[in-house]
Amino acid sequence: MTATIRTQAGQPTGPNRSDTPAIELVGVAKEYHSHGDVVAAVKGVDLAIGEGEFFSMLGPSGCGKTTTMRMIAGFEDPTRGSVFLHGEEVTGVAPNKRDVNMVFQSYALFPHMSVFENVAFGLKRKNVASPEIRQRVAEMLAIVDLTGREKRQPRELSGGQQQRVALARALVNRPRALLLDEPLGALDLKLRQHMQVELKRIQREVGVTFVYVTHDQNEALTMSDRIAVMNDGSIEHLGTPREIYEHPATKFVAGFIGTSNLLGGAVSALDNGRAVITFGPGERIVVPLPRNGVRPGQNLELTVRPEKIDITTAEPAAGDRSIVRGVVTEVVYLGTSTNYNVRTSAGSEVVVFDQNASNADFVAVRGDHVYLSWNPQHSYAIGDR
Amino acid sequence: MSRRLAPYLLILPGGLWLLLFFVVPMVAMLSLSLQQGDVVSGYQLTWHWQTYVDGISNYQTQIIRSLWYGFITTVLQIVLAFPIAYWIAFRGGRNKSVYLFLILLPFFVSFVLRTISWKFILTDESFVLAPLKDVGLVSQDFHILGTPMAVIGGLTYNFLPFMILPIYVALERIDPRVVEAARDLYASPVQTFRKVIFPLALPGVFAGVLMTFVPASSDYINSEILGSSGTTMIGQVIQSQYLRSQNYPTAAALSFALMAILLVGIFTYARALGTEDVLKVAAR
Repeated sequence: MTATIRTQAGQPTGPNRSDTPAIELVGVAKEYHSHGDVVAAVKGVDLAIGEGEFFSMLGPSGCGKTTTMRMIAGFEDPTRGSVFLHGEEVTGVAPNKRDVNMVFQSYALFPHMSVFENVAFGLKRKNVASPEIRQRVAEMLAIVDLTGREKRQPRELSGGQQQRVALARALVNRPRALLLDEPLGALDLKLRQHMQVELKRIQREVGVTFVYVTHDQNEALTMSDRIAVMNDGSIEHLGTPREIYEHPATKFVAGFIGTSNLLGGAVSALDNGRAVITFGPGERIVVPLPRNGVRPGQNLELTVRPEKIDITTAEPAAGDRSIVRGVVTEVVYLGTSTNYNVRTSAGSEVVVFDQNASNADFVAVRGDHVYLSWNPQHSYAIGDR
Repeated sequence: MSRRLAPYLLILPGGLWLLLFFVVPMVAMLSLSLQQGDVVSGYQLTWHWQTYVDGISNYQTQIIRSLWYGFITTVLQIVLAFPIAYWIAFRGGRNKSVYLFLILLPFFVSFVLRTISWKFILTDESFVLAPLKDVGLVSQDFHILGTPMAVIGGLTYNFLPFMILPIYVALERIDPRVVEAARDLYASPVQTFRKVIFPLALPGVFAGVLMTFVPASSDYINSEILGSSGTTMIGQVIQSQYLRSQNYPTAAALSFALMAILLVGIFTYARALGTEDVLKVAAR
C-alpha cells in the first residue's frame, strides 16, 4: 500500500517542502543468501515519511523493521527498489554521505572519547570551525540536559545519560531525519516512560523527522504521528495510532496492537451495509461490511477491543447491539479495572475490560453465564491480508 | 579457620614451584654475577661489580644491535600483524577459530626447526633465490643468509603470533555498531579506521609490543642459524660465555644487565604510552 504524504501544521513550508517527503521508499526489498537459500527480510516496501513527522515502524523481531531502517541509513543496500531522501535518490550511497543520523539500540558511543568528543565527532568530520562546534555541542547538551558532563567518559554515565549522549551526537549535526533503532530498549520501565516524553519534547523542539523502530506497541502508540505495522517483511497497516488501534487492517495487526478479541461465523444476512451473523436465539453479531464485501454464507472474522464490550448477567435490551452469550472462565482484578475471560457459546475466548468505577462488586464470578454486548460501530471485519 | 587458610593452601604448590625453580636460581645467578674465580678453583662472592662494567663496555655493540633488531622486528610485526588480525576479526566470519588455529599451527613445530627451515628458504641455492638469480632479477652475488635482513626476518616470523593474537583480541572486542556509528557520523572508511578502530585496538598493540620486543631482543637462535659474525646478538654472547668460555660471572652479569635494560625500557614505554593516554591522544 502506498502511504499518503502528510505535513504537520506549523512546519515551515517552502516551495517544495510540503510536497517532497523527507524519506521515500519505492518497492524496497532486501534478500539475504544463507546456505544457498534466499531469505527475504524485506519484501517490497513502499513508504513516504513527511517532513517533521514522528514515524514509527512497529513489529515483532524479524519483521524487517530494522533492516528497512538500515537501508535508509545506508548500512544495507536494497536488493531491489530505491531510497529517496528529500526527493534525491540515495540508493547505494555510503552512510557517511547521507544526511540522516542514527541512534543505535546499544547507543554505540565511542568508548575512548569524552561526551564532548562523542557529540562533536560528526561536526569535526564535516570540518565545522571549532568555535561553532563548541557552541553547537553546548546547545545540544543543554537540550538533552547534560550540561556540565562534557569531560565524562561514556562508561561513567548511567544508561539514561548514555542514551541522551547518543541522541545529542546524532541531532547536533542537524540531520534531515533522525533514525532511532529501539533506542529505549535497554532502559528500565520508569526511565523508558520518562524518555518517551523527553524524546517527544526534543522532537518538537528541533522539528526533525523521526523514524522510530520499536517492538513496543505502547511506545509506538503514545509517541507517533503515524505507525507502519510490519510483519514478515511487509507493511501490514500504515496509519495514525488511532486508526491502527481502532480499525486494524489485518488479523495480525489486530492481534499485535493491544488485546484484541477475534470472533467469527458464517454471514446469515446483509443489512444496510452491515453483515449479520446469528448464532443461537437472541445471539447475533452485527458488523460493518468489509471493504472487499462479503456474500451471505461466507465466513467473516471480526475484532472488537476488550474495553468496548459490556458484560452483564441480565440479558441486555436487543436494540442495535451485538449480543453474544458465554461463561466466565477467569476473573482478574487489576486495580483500576477487572478482566473477565469469557468462553462464548460459539467457543471463542473473549477478554473484557470492565472499569472499576463505582461498583465495588464484580459483575460476575467464575462459572457465571453472562451476556456480552457492544455497539456494532466498535467492531471491524478483517481480512487475512 | 580452614576457610581463611584455603587461598594460601591453594597457592602453595604454585608458590613453591616458583620459589624453587625461579626465585632460587635468580638469586643464585645474581650472586654468581658478583663472584670471582674459575671453574677449577671455584668461585667466591666478592661483590665484584666491575664484571658488569666490563661486560657492558665489551659487548655494547651486541647490546645495542639486539635492541635495534628488537625494535625493527616489533615495528615490522605491527605492520604485518594488524591487517591479519583485522581481517580475521572483521572478515573471518564463522571460520575465525580456524584462522587463529592456522596462525598458531607453526608452534606445533619446535622453534629451532622452524628457524632452520627458514635457512633452507634463504640459502643462495634455495628455491626462492635460485630462480630469481636465473632470470636476473637479483644479481648472482646476492645473499640474504648471514645478513641482518635474514635475522630480523626470522625474528619477525617467529614472534608474529604474539603480536597478532593481542591485536585480534582488541579488535574482536570492538562493537560493530560503534564502527557503523562512525560511518553514520560522516567518517569515511579511512577516517573510521584512524579515529575509531585503530585507537580502540591500541591496548592490543601495546600488549603485543611487550610480548614480542622482549623475547626478540634477547633471542639467540635466529642470529645463530640465520646470521653471521656481523649479526651477533647479546643472547648469543651470553650463551657462549656460559657454554664455551665458561665465564659464568660475565654471562650472569650480562643476563642481569640485559634484564635491567629491558625492564627500564618497558617501564619508560608504559609510562610514555600508557594505554589511557594513547587513547586520549587518538581521540583528538
